[in-house]
Amino acid sequence: MRFPTLFGKRKTASNSGESLEAARNSSMKKPRVVRTFIFIVILTGLSLVTVLPKRLNINRSFTLFGKTIFISRQLTRPSIDLTRFNIPFTRSLDFQMGLDIKGGTRVVLEADMQNIETNDRPTALDAVKNVIARRVDLFGLSESAVKTSKIGEQHRIIVELPGLTDTDEALNLIGTTAQLDFREQTPDYDQEATPSSVYAYLDSFKQTGLTGKDLKRSTVQFSPQDGTPVVGLQFNDEGKKKFAEITQRNVGKPVAIFLDEYPITIPNVQEPILNGEAVISGQFTVKDANSLSIQLNAGALPVPIKIVQQETVGPSLGQEAVEKTFRAGLIGIGLVMLFMFLYYGWKGLLANIALTIYAILTVAVYKLLPVTLTLPGIAGLLLSIGMAVDSNILIFERMKEELRAGKPFELAMELGFGRAWDSIKDANVTTLFVAFILFNPFEFEFLNRSGMIRGFALTLTLGIFISLFTGIVVTRTLLRLFLADTRPEEKK
Amino acid sequence: MINFMKLRLLYFLISALVIVPGVYSLFTYGMNQGIDFTGGTELELSIASADGQQVNQDELHQIIITEVGEAQVQPVEQKKDAFLIKAQQIEKDKKISLLAKIKEKYPSVSELRYETVGPVMGRELLIKTLTALVLAAVGITLYIAYRFRSLKYGISAVLAMFHDTLVVIGVFSLLGRFFGVEVDTLFVTALLTIMSFSVHDTIVVYDRIREIAKKNSGTPYIDIVNKAVTETLSRSINNSMTIIFALLALWLLGGETIKWFVFALLIGTITGTYSSTFTAAPILVVWDQLAHRKKVQKPKIRT
Repeated sequence: MRFPTLFGKRKTASNSGESLEAARNSSMKKPRVVRTFIFIVILTGLSLVTVLPKRLNINRSFTLFGKTIFISRQLTRPSIDLTRFNIPFTRSLDFQMGLDIKGGTRVVLEADMQNIETNDRPTALDAVKNVIARRVDLFGLSESAVKTSKIGEQHRIIVELPGLTDTDEALNLIGTTAQLDFREQTPDYDQEATPSSVYAYLDSFKQTGLTGKDLKRSTVQFSPQDGTPVVGLQFNDEGKKKFAEITQRNVGKPVAIFLDEYPITIPNVQEPILNGEAVISGQFTVKDANSLSIQLNAGALPVPIKIVQQETVGPSLGQEAVEKTFRAGLIGIGLVMLFMFLYYGWKGLLANIALTIYAILTVAVYKLLPVTLTLPGIAGLLLSIGMAVDSNILIFERMKEELRAGKPFELAMELGFGRAWDSIKDANVTTLFVAFILFNPFEFEFLNRSGMIRGFALTLTLGIFISLFTGIVVTRTLLRLFLADTRPEEKK
Repeated sequence: MINFMKLRLLYFLISALVIVPGVYSLFTYGMNQGIDFTGGTELELSIASADGQQVNQDELHQIIITEVGEAQVQPVEQKKDAFLIKAQQIEKDKKISLLAKIKEKYPSVSELRYETVGPVMGRELLIKTLTALVLAAVGITLYIAYRFRSLKYGISAVLAMFHDTLVVIGVFSLLGRFFGVEVDTLFVTALLTIMSFSVHDTIVVYDRIREIAKKNSGTPYIDIVNKAVTETLSRSINNSMTIIFALLALWLLGGETIKWFVFALLIGTITGTYSSTFTAAPILVVWDQLAHRKKVQKPKIRT
């Protein structure tokens, strides 16, 4: 569905000389208004589903024509899962809470790149990130995140662990340097026998003394024979010697590569490799080969890391704050609505309905994207509500002026919308501009990239767009449908 | 139409009365920077003494000082048994040994919040903040100059914006000096929001000036501005009232964490509303007068 009402009308309304045409347009477009209205109702209805709590119990009895009817059922909010249509999109439709609300830990680690060659630094940083991400996965936290950031010569890894507040042990694990080593099977291990368990099989591998220190780097290459991706290993002089001995001993046998006591690959040795340049082939996809190469590099380019920043918030602290903030927000919105009704009467009431629709749509968008709620995010949301109301106030004040100038109600309404649009547009563009700087979508190094400020910018941006829709399209449709006939009362 | 612009010097005086103490405080005392900027550690603990009695704060302070050196300890308002410890960076291992020491004296200690920022991170935030402020200012000036086809409007709107920024920064410098209020990342966010709100509000007034000027080309500029200000005043106040209601509720009832963030927004909304009518519009009038005077004076200079 299009919204020709939003932009199309401005052209006619900005010239007061064409006011007649504006009036004619407004009456001609009645079916379109109804269509827009139906669209709004459907959109709001759909959004309302996402707003509902996960489970809703209805236990109610009431008497109808002398009979007592008893209703007891449980409504379950559906979740969205489009994977069956081959679209990777699932949403549980729960609010995503940020660290400051849910409790959790955010750590910034700095990688010490002193001993790494400049060219290898990006690879090394990727490798460290990969290792940390795998360690973090061990905690089984659903929304943990590991990001890298490079500012000037500072290489950083940012780890977010929502829900984890007992962090000392976890951080010890995360902060250690990756350990890579090559292992061979003990000579007495029976190749033919089926191993009793995976553990027994892995246990059969013993350290060879060849470690990540002896590995220079790993790269993804493409096989000259068939062009499939393979992972190349390049050893230093010490490693070249050790690896030659190992491969000579183990022709036809597997050699395992362990990272942090965990096997990442167990290739078979096909022939002795004496020149220190090995290739691991297999049915790799490019992605698999990349991931293996990154893990090998984690060992080859071991980077010491240290914590430079840490925040831990207990869940009780966040929960309390959010409840208070939420309640305060509701009271604030209530006051805004009361004000609008007292000052603008029925128009204000319609604006309040539009504001309610705004709230419903916002919650729906938050759950669909999803937006992670943080305290500043909630503040941004409330601020955008203020701006949503602003569009309406601008429009209503314009309408008042046009009415005072003696224009008929319908015309005044259309002119009010048309003329307020210029102000609304310019004002919102500047706010969007600031939100853009705060969000820093292009990851500029010289600007902030902290999650908190971004959350605020995101909610503000969404708020502006949704409020433009409800403040202009919704309010206008409601006014056209329900208030057009009350002209004699309004004119007094 | 009310002749608002007649009293323009009075408005500038009022602005000066508000801004000068704040700026004075800014240059003498600076801002009370939180650990986001300075680096350091904040540790919030919930400590209950074994016999159910009040925890002796001096004793606690002593334990902490012997363990980590220079540190401040203060009880947290509105929260029973909670203490806030502020110090130079306390690293993880040091924190563990500190908690063990406190546990010897008070067995039930739990960690509510632990925040530590390295000194480099703090300086970086400061630089990034300033960059963002400058970028926002330049961008807004250019946009308004483009929309209004005149650099005059862009620069005046940004001057009014700096007026509001200075008011808020000054107020927080004073608050920091006398009530120990700290500025942190959230404050930066608030500042940027205020900037956008200020311009948002100013544009509505300017937009009206442009519209009236287009219709009445012969009218003196001051009359045009007066008419525009008169016509937009009730909208400006009404709109700000709604935002102020929402913020006031948040400030009085909201959580402790965002209290000063909301307060900054509140001050910013009030000054932003004031400045669009009583700073941004008069600046235009003064600018216009100066431009005219220059034109008249030019021949004199030649002789």
